Amino acid sequence: MPVPTERKAQLLSGNEACVQGAIAAGVRFFAGYPITPSTEIAEGLAVELPKIGGKFIQMEDEIASMGAVIGASLAGLKSMTATSGPGFSLKQENIGFAALTEIPCVIVNVQRYGPSTGLPTSPAQGDIMQARWGTHGDHPAIALMPASVREAFDLTVQAVNLSEELRTPVILLMDEVVGHMRERVELPATDEITVVNRVKPTEDPEHFLPYKPGPNLVPPMPAFGDGYRFHVTGLVHNETGFPSGKGKDGNILVRRLLAKIEQRQPSIAQAELYQADDADIVIVAAGSVARSARAAVKEARAQGLKLGLVRPITAWPFPAEAINSVATTAKAMIVAEMNLGQMIIEVERAACGRVPVIGLNRIDAELITPQDIIARAQEVTKNVR
Amino acid sequence: MSVKELVERYCRTSKLPHIWCPGCGNGIIMGAVMRALDKADIDQDKTVIVSGIGCSSRAPGYMNFDTLHTTHGRALAYATGVKMANPDLNVVVLTGDGDCSAIGGNHLIHAARRNINLTVVVFNNSIYGMTGGQYSPLTPTHSYATTAPYGSIDRNFDLCKLVQAAGGTYVARGTTYHTRQLVDQIVAGLGHNGFSFIEVITQCPMYFGRKNKFPSAVDMLKWQQEHAVPVKAAAKMTSEQLAGKFLIGELYHEEAPEYTAVYEKEVIAKARGEVK
Amino acid sequence: MKKLELRLSGFGGQGLITAGIILAEAAILDGNNAVQSQSYGPEARGGASKAEVIISNEEIDYPKVGEADLCLAMSQQACDKYAAQTRPNGILVVDSGLVKNIPEFPGRIYAVPITEIATSEVGRGIVANIVALGVINGITNIVTKESLETAVLDRVPPKTKDLNKKALKAGYQAAQKVLQREGE
Ligand SMILES: Cc1ncc(C[n+]2csc(CCOP(=O)(O)OP(=O)(O)O)c2C)c(N)n1
Repeated sequence: MPVPTERKAQLLSGNEACVQGAIAAGVRFFAGYPITPSTEIAEGLAVELPKIGGKFIQMEDEIASMGAVIGASLAGLKSMTATSGPGFSLKQENIGFAALTEIPCVIVNVQRYGPSTGLPTSPAQGDIMQARWGTHGDHPAIALMPASVREAFDLTVQAVNLSEELRTPVILLMDEVVGHMRERVELPATDEITVVNRVKPTEDPEHFLPYKPGPNLVPPMPAFGDGYRFHVTGLVHNETGFPSGKGKDGNILVRRLLAKIEQRQPSIAQAELYQADDADIVIVAAGSVARSARAAVKEARAQGLKLGLVRPITAWPFPAEAINSVATTAKAMIVAEMNLGQMIIEVERAACGRVPVIGLNRIDAELITPQDIIARAQEVTKNVR
Repeated sequence: MSVKELVERYCRTSKLPHIWCPGCGNGIIMGAVMRALDKADIDQDKTVIVSGIGCSSRAPGYMNFDTLHTTHGRALAYATGVKMANPDLNVVVLTGDGDCSAIGGNHLIHAARRNINLTVVVFNNSIYGMTGGQYSPLTPTHSYATTAPYGSIDRNFDLCKLVQAAGGTYVARGTTYHTRQLVDQIVAGLGHNGFSFIEVITQCPMYFGRKNKFPSAVDMLKWQQEHAVPVKAAAKMTSEQLAGKFLIGELYHEEAPEYTAVYEKEVIAKARGEVK
Repeated sequence: MKKLELRLSGFGGQGLITAGIILAEAAILDGNNAVQSQSYGPEARGGASKAEVIISNEEIDYPKVGEADLCLAMSQQACDKYAAQTRPNGILVVDSGLVKNIPEFPGRIYAVPITEIATSEVGRGIVANIVALGVINGITNIVTKESLETAVLDRVPPKTKDLNKKALKAGYQAAQKVLQREGE
């Protein structure tokens, strides 16, 4: 097994850790199409998967990759793909298919500068809203944003687990900085990792209804070839899995798709709070920018400026509770992101006007620096007082 | 096997009647596929039928197997994932001419290139049926369609040649008129270990027929009868005699390494250090 | 040591990325934290190459190098660009065979014929990056000698281990020489 069974410090990139996380979580199928800055994930899994009897295939494009991933998941393998910007756009239709038909799969999007081809090797966080609303129609979304190499590993495992548990596509929303940087990391030992597998039906094929939800609103899922002879369609369907053509069934189905995530939301939505409870100014930042924010908090506090950090780990569901918890104690919030204002919309929503929310945005292909954050905090301090 | 027995065994009878228009050839092709699956003696629990989007792609919904109705054009991509993940499954792809040659054209040539063991049956009705009669890459030049009100100026594909050139290893063409031969072609495709491709010329009286001077489905079947030339007969005909006709029968057949088998034998074995 | 930021710059093919990785791995062997990043895409085109390493005994938050504590320049172009992005009291190490004009720099400057040492003393130009590591570590002692040697030997092809050991040693000797000269 390529996964170390005991802890050992090593130097890995976020993309390499994602490969290790996928293997550890039980991913046995990967289909992809090369695109910077995600390519190392495909390259890593091309090496590792066949060693453990898994399958890797480079498809003709990202649309095909997403289709193959869904097909393989239906045939019973935990399946994943990895891409970036333009490829993430191409995958959207089939991500919607996976959401509606409830096929577990993980889509890694190592965010790069866009729109379009943009700056292929430069960092950005411009896909936060796309990760929520990229495919058409109302649909559930889970997106996780690692800020470190260790977290790239952990959240890959978690993404696979959530997708299997909830039968839904899960997006690992990395950014170029985290994907490419190498850092010291100790990966957990195999026995420290929790692996979740999809629930299979127990009733015989005669009485089986493929879309009859279980207690957690998730229907058990057989694999093709298990003898259930079930139908999967991107059309609105009822519990039988067959197209119904009725709005009434769409209403039941789509509401359930959202409810199964909402029901679990309190435990899925995650944020890290760092020196936030007594902070005058709370920085909200995710992914690589949160690293700058953390440095800024330390440096600013040394200078007597009380900064704190709320770091959303899940972009979706958005951890509104964490924002809530500081909305009455902080004098202002600064949302630092490498886009022109996406996460800030959610922060404003959660803050509900109780505290001024100010954006700090860079789209010049550079990681926001601790100095950027401190400078903005100083400015804000002047104005709030 | 009688039609009744065939339907009871291989159809989801509770899902019938089907959505297809009177005179449509899709039912004939679905019937031929079921007969072929029966003749080939496949394991019904180990067979997956995959389709894209279109009238034709609705067929799997009526068929009593594991069935996967995907997105427009992508059936072959999904099917590739299914087959890779579990090579023990028989994977059959049912697709329309637009589904597989326009939006799905790239997947078609690449699946053929890999020579992955899928059996593809194209329902070629020369038109986009589901969306109400727009021209497809297989609509003959100068035919009329709702989006070709002055006649189509596009040159149409010879899909069989395309698939053969792309690397497909079993290629045949049939029609909804020559049903017995069609069943045999599909049986051969199912038995072939590699990418098998069967193009079926079929009739869409509703959208192609009405706009192109075919008063009824019968006229369209007659046209098939008059214009289809078996490969063997064609060998003895002059190019003048063949003008305006199309070939039916097995057009190409070769044995070549199959993708999922090679993946096991080469990639997995090498990765595990079992072979150098 | 609290925190040290290094920038290794030059051409593609000089093995600077590998050198950066080795240095970071040596720091980890010492029980410290390390972050390594490198240039990609357009920045890495036209033959330019750059690796950045941050070593610290504390957590490393911001992963990029702004003003480096030490800059290695193995091409004129790199030296022209990055000397100015080095702390005024920092260290600039240049390959004196490749950098003819050293720009104004207020900190310490060490000019060492790194590539020439690799070619003539060690016998293979390809190990210039390892010579450079010896030079840098000889001057700064950022990582222990044992860890650096282990990290080098872990990364290089088995057949080239002796060659690389020799390269590292040559680097240390060259560092010794320039330090001595500085002392005089
Ligand atoms: C991405 C996308 N584009 C367009 C459509 C609309 N659409 C549905 S079926 C179809 C054409 C189907 O034609 P064909 O494949 O020839 O099948 P037929 O209906 O004739 O059997 C189109 C364009 C779609 N469903 N998805």
